[in-house]
Amino acid sequence: MHNRINELFSRKSHHILSVYFTAGYPRLEDTVPIIELLEQNGVDLVEIGMPFSDPTADGPVIQKSSDSALKNGMSLEVLFHQLENIRERVSIPLLLMGYVNPVLQYGVERFCRQCRQSGIDGIILPDLPPQEYLTHFRPFFEENNLHHIFLITPQSSEARIRELDALGSGFLYMVSSASTTGATKKAEEFSHEYFTRVEKLGLQNPRLIGFGISDKSTFEKACKYAPGAIIGSAFVKALGQPLPLEQTIGKFVKEIKE
Amino acid sequence: MSYFVDEKGYYGAFGGAWIPEMMQANVSELQERYLEIMATEEFRREFDLLMKDYVGRPSPLYEAPRLSAYYGSRIFLKREDLNHTGSHKLNNTIGQVLLAQKLGKTRIIAETGAGQHGLATATVCALKGLPCVVYMGALDVKRQEPNVRKMKMLGAEVIPVTSGNQTLKDATNEAMRDWINHPEDTHYIIGSVVGPHPYPDMVARFQSVISEEMKRQLQEQTGSGFPTRVMACVGGGSNAAGAFYHYLDHPEVELIGVEAAGKGADTPETAATLAVGSPGVLHAAHTILMQNNDGQITEPYSISAGLDYPGIGPLHAHLFKTGRASYLHATDQETLQAALLLTRLEGIIPALESAHALAALPKIPLRTGDITVICLSGRGDKDMQTYLDAYGY
Repeated sequence: MHNRINELFSRKSHHILSVYFTAGYPRLEDTVPIIELLEQNGVDLVEIGMPFSDPTADGPVIQKSSDSALKNGMSLEVLFHQLENIRERVSIPLLLMGYVNPVLQYGVERFCRQCRQSGIDGIILPDLPPQEYLTHFRPFFEENNLHHIFLITPQSSEARIRELDALGSGFLYMVSSASTTGATKKAEEFSHEYFTRVEKLGLQNPRLIGFGISDKSTFEKACKYAPGAIIGSAFVKALGQPLPLEQTIGKFVKEIKE
Repeated sequence: MSYFVDEKGYYGAFGGAWIPEMMQANVSELQERYLEIMATEEFRREFDLLMKDYVGRPSPLYEAPRLSAYYGSRIFLKREDLNHTGSHKLNNTIGQVLLAQKLGKTRIIAETGAGQHGLATATVCALKGLPCVVYMGALDVKRQEPNVRKMKMLGAEVIPVTSGNQTLKDATNEAMRDWINHPEDTHYIIGSVVGPHPYPDMVARFQSVISEEMKRQLQEQTGSGFPTRVMACVGGGSNAAGAFYHYLDHPEVELIGVEAAGKGADTPETAATLAVGSPGVLHAAHTILMQNNDGQITEPYSISAGLDYPGIGPLHAHLFKTGRASYLHATDQETLQAALLLTRLEGIIPALESAHALAALPKIPLRTGDITVICLSGRGDKDMQTYLDAYGY
C-alpha cells in the first residue's frame, strides 16, 4: 500500500532530516503552522509529539514542553481536530510519537482510524514493546496503513535487532546512545562500533538515528552511518524562544542543512 | 483462578513489561534470571541468614489485648515495624541487592516516597559497599526529613525531584530515567510490587516472608495458621502482597487492602486508586491508575508519603477485579485518629501508612470469634512532625 514513509526512503537515501516537536507547544494553535514551516524549510519528515504527563523516556526539555502543552489544553481530541485538513497543506510524511496510555484511553482502533483520516503515516510509541504490539495493536495498524516504528539501542543484541527489524516497518529508530532524549553529546562521542555493527547487519528497514542529535555536526556524523537522523529536544528548545515561528524554524533548519 | 504471575508476566489482564527499548536488556535479563538465582542454595542461605541476623526476623506476631478489647474481637499485629530500619522494606532490598550482585551490577538506584524504601536501599548499599542514588520527590524530602538524614549518613546520594507533584510517582519517573542513562552498571531496586515484569512478582516473593511467618506464628498462638482476615495498607502494595501471599489460594481467609483516601475518595485530593481509577499503563505495567479522560495521569494526594501514588501493583488490580481481595480506604483524619488510638492502647506509634490499615477496622463487622491480622508495616518515627502538627506532640 502507498505510504509516504516508504516513498521518502525510496526517493532519498542520505541526509534525511526528521524533526520532532511537541503538539500544542509553545502555544496550543502552533501545531499546524510548525508542520507547515518545517516542510517549507526542507525538512523531510515530521514527528508530532503527543504530550504525556509522565514521559519517562524523555529528558527535561521534552518533559517541560509536554507539561506546557497539556496546560495549554492539548489532548488527542484536540490534536486530531487540528490535523483534520493537514493533508491539504502538507505532503511530507507525518508520524505521531508519544506514550501508550493516552492511546489506550482514546481507544486503539479509533486512534488508528483517526490517524488514517488525518493522513498520518507512522506511529512511534516507545513504551509499546513487541509482545504487546502483536497482541493488541498490529491488526489496527495494518488495517490503517500505519507503520509501527521500533527503537533499537546500543544495548540491543543482534537477535533483538533482527526481531524488531522483522516486526517493524517504515524505518528503525536507532537510539544513538544509552540516554533519555535531549542528551548533549558531541559528534566525537557517538559510538562508531555500534553504528557500524548495525550498518553491517543488512536490515530490511532503513534507519534513522535519534537522541542526542542537536546540531549540524551531530547530524552530519549520524548521516555517515544512516540515511538520516532525527532532531527533537534541540528544536523544542529553540521553539521556546520568544521569536516568531517563521524566524526560529527558518534559522534552525538552515543551520542544520547548510 | 490463578493469583500468581503467568509466563508472560501477567496477572489476568494486568501486568506485563511496557518498557521502552532502552530498558529492554536489563529487564529481560532480570526476567530470565530472577527465579533461577533466587532458587540457588547460595542465594537462599545468604538471604535467610541476613533476614535472621541483620533484619531481625522473624518479626513478632503480637496479639494486641487492649486494641482487641476496644473492638471486641481478637486482633494480631504483624510487627514489621520492629525490623531493622523500621519497616517491611528491608525484606525486598536485601533480596534485590543480592540479586544485583549476582548480575554483576555495581551501582544501585531507587525511588522513595516515605523514605522507608530509600532508607532500606541505602542500608543494604552500605552493607554491601555499593554506591547508592535515591530519587525522592522534593515535597517528600521535606515531609520525611528524618529519613533523608539517615540515607545521607548511610552514604546515599538523595536527589530531590521537582517535576509533577514532587512525590512518589515523579521520583519513580526520575529513577527510570536514571536507569535508561546507566544501562550497563546499574540495578534499579523498585520498592513496591509495581513496575515491569518481573518486579511485581519478584518483590512479592521477597515480601512473602511476612505471611510465611504469620502462618507459622498463628498456628502456634491460635492452633490454626489461617485467620479470619488479613489486612494491610496499599500504596503500590508491597506489604499487602507479602501479607496476602501465602493465603491467596485459601479463599476462606478474607484479604483486605486499605488505600489512602486523602481528604476523601469522592474529592480530587485522594490516592484511593482502586476507588477512582481505571485500567491503563503507568511505570511499565498495565494496571489500574488515576487518570483523566485523555489518559493523563492525575496527581494523587495523601497525608502519607508512602501511599501517595496514582497507581497500584498489577497483582492488586487482579485481586480487586476477581474479588479475591477487597479494598477499603481511609481518610487522613481517620488515619490520624487510628494512629493515636494504637499509641494509647498498645504503646506502639505506627507509621502513617500502616495506620491506614488500622483506620479501616471500624468499617468492618468484627465478630467475637474472628481473628484479624493487621500488617503493621512500619513505625512512626519518621512521621513525628505530622503527628506534632495534628496533635501538638
